[in-house]
Amino acid sequence: MIRRASHILPFLLLAGGLHAQNVLINAAGATFPYPMYSKWFDDYHKKFPTLQFNYQSIGSGGGIRQVTEGTVDFGASDGPMDDKQMADFRAKRGGGILHFPTVMGADVPVYNLPGVTQQLNFTPEALAGIFLGKITKWNDPELARANSGVNLPAKDIIVVHRSDGSGTTYIWTDYLSKVSKEWETKAGRGTSVNWPVGLGGKGNEGVSGQVKQIPNSMGYVELIYAVQNKIAYGKVKNSAGVFVEASLASVTAAAASSKEMPDDFRVSITNAPGKDAYPISSFTWLLIPEKISDATKKKAIKDFLTWMLADGQKMAAALSYAELPKAVLAKEQKALARIQ
Amino acid sequence: MAASTTVASNTPRPALPARSVWRRILSGDSLAYSVTFAAAAMILLVTGILVWELYSNSQASRAKFGWNFLFTSTWDPVADQFGALPFIYGTVVTSALALCIGIPLGVGAAIFLAELAPPRISDALTFLIELLAAVPSVIYGLLGIFVLVPILRQVEPAIRAVLGWTPLFQGPFYGVSLFAAGVVLAVMIIPFIISISREVILAVPSDQREAALALGATRWESTWDVVVPYARNGIMGSIFLALARSLGETMAVTMVIGNDPKIKASLFAPGYSIAAVVANEFTEATGDMYISALIELGLVLFALTIVINGLARLLVARRNMA
Repeated sequence: MIRRASHILPFLLLAGGLHAQNVLINAAGATFPYPMYSKWFDDYHKKFPTLQFNYQSIGSGGGIRQVTEGTVDFGASDGPMDDKQMADFRAKRGGGILHFPTVMGADVPVYNLPGVTQQLNFTPEALAGIFLGKITKWNDPELARANSGVNLPAKDIIVVHRSDGSGTTYIWTDYLSKVSKEWETKAGRGTSVNWPVGLGGKGNEGVSGQVKQIPNSMGYVELIYAVQNKIAYGKVKNSAGVFVEASLASVTAAAASSKEMPDDFRVSITNAPGKDAYPISSFTWLLIPEKISDATKKKAIKDFLTWMLADGQKMAAALSYAELPKAVLAKEQKALARIQ
Repeated sequence: MAASTTVASNTPRPALPARSVWRRILSGDSLAYSVTFAAAAMILLVTGILVWELYSNSQASRAKFGWNFLFTSTWDPVADQFGALPFIYGTVVTSALALCIGIPLGVGAAIFLAELAPPRISDALTFLIELLAAVPSVIYGLLGIFVLVPILRQVEPAIRAVLGWTPLFQGPFYGVSLFAAGVVLAVMIIPFIISISREVILAVPSDQREAALALGATRWESTWDVVVPYARNGIMGSIFLALARSLGETMAVTMVIGNDPKIKASLFAPGYSIAAVVANEFTEATGDMYISALIELGLVLFALTIVINGLARLLVARRNMA
């Protein structure tokens, strides 16, 4: 017993001011970064056994609601909170809320086209047209131009989208809204939207399952899901005019080449400039209240964030998450001081 | 019971030792009455709280859309426009289809197991059926996606050849559809119908059968004309339970229905159900109006269940009188 305590002691000193009693920090939110967060919280708990994080992956919407109601110490979301939600938080909790990007994700277009073995190229116009229901055949000129040498069939395109509200859909529709005015006015961006066409599949597995089963169909899934399940996906033309394949590197490049990072980190990096940038990428955020009254918890959360921005980032690639570019990390470290 | 109380009030009650008072309470009717009453009251209480919560939390949506909520078909979370009609349609159509398939198969199997099958076969099959009733719905959903939908895609041309002239089987078929959802629901509710109907048929007194046979009825005549009508209310009860389950089924339905909130006459078209959209969208819903509309959908499902069950009961009651 005494020996074990002496093992813990140096860590306690490191954490500084942490009492020997157990500290439990509750958090809830996004499901997409859950594997990453649970790895981080687990490793951090091993380093500081008195400190425990309890993360419930209930979805981004739930995360925003719960942190606003004050039922959790911090939240997590795949989409930034909008101005109304920020005002709501301030009114209820008497302080602002800070967004801290943690890792990055991306969406990729997947398709099932019997007889076509080459990797397909998608232009923004093609993606918007297909999801708006205006491009209905695989041999549409828009698709044919970008895929010269591919024998595209004269078959109907069957669109599959997510039926459950999700950050994946938010990224996809945010991208489509940026590249197509018509999409923005007809459907817009959101975790669920009023889809002009298509079938709904539940979860990444639902979408990829239907795409696999239905010939001549296409849909979109999370990059990590496509990588881990070895699903073929198409390249997408970015705003520099280059067809880019989604990869951890091209996703990180999107964040690095993204326009000036705002101080509150609430930024969409879809359709980022830069010839290496993969255009359908996004951050995922932790939502940390500006004012944390419990000094022990405040210290623990700040220390965790510091660790996450340094050592934590190194674990991202092993779990197929894209790490944040250096400039963003440096900026976040400065922002830590705003947690009061 | 009435007599004993009068006696007790007329004669002066001798002082009882504490232990025997206790025993009297334990063995007494009054205790049983209050305990069972409390248990029954719980049902009312839970239902009441449920309705109240659904009602009060859907205030924003009810105020904004009013009755139009039930009769419009736009579901647009981005523009905060919500209408429940496609979901109501999908729920009713899939449940109706499930009953169309499930009732003849379920009641038929129950009659066979209870009346005609050798006891050994009957017991073995009943055991299997009860196992089926306990399979979690997500398993049925997965079986639906990976087994049933590909099979349906194979048999679709045959269905189309026979029934393609009706508006119910037209348009492109992607596999996931109202039809697939109805078939999966039928598979899920059949064990309920069989299991309960069999018990009810077995409980029909053998005098009834013997009397029918003594009057010269054949085995089948005694079963169909005497035993089944005798058990009709119980069989109806099993169907109500099956209906309730199919109206509220979420997981299996969302996996095969196609999740497209549009109203199409064809069963081959994808659709959406109330329970499925709530399960799909609630976790990621952020706006107040959005959440309110989803909760109102819960209220609609509750009301729908009451209305459909009420109508079905009315139908049975009228037939019983006739």
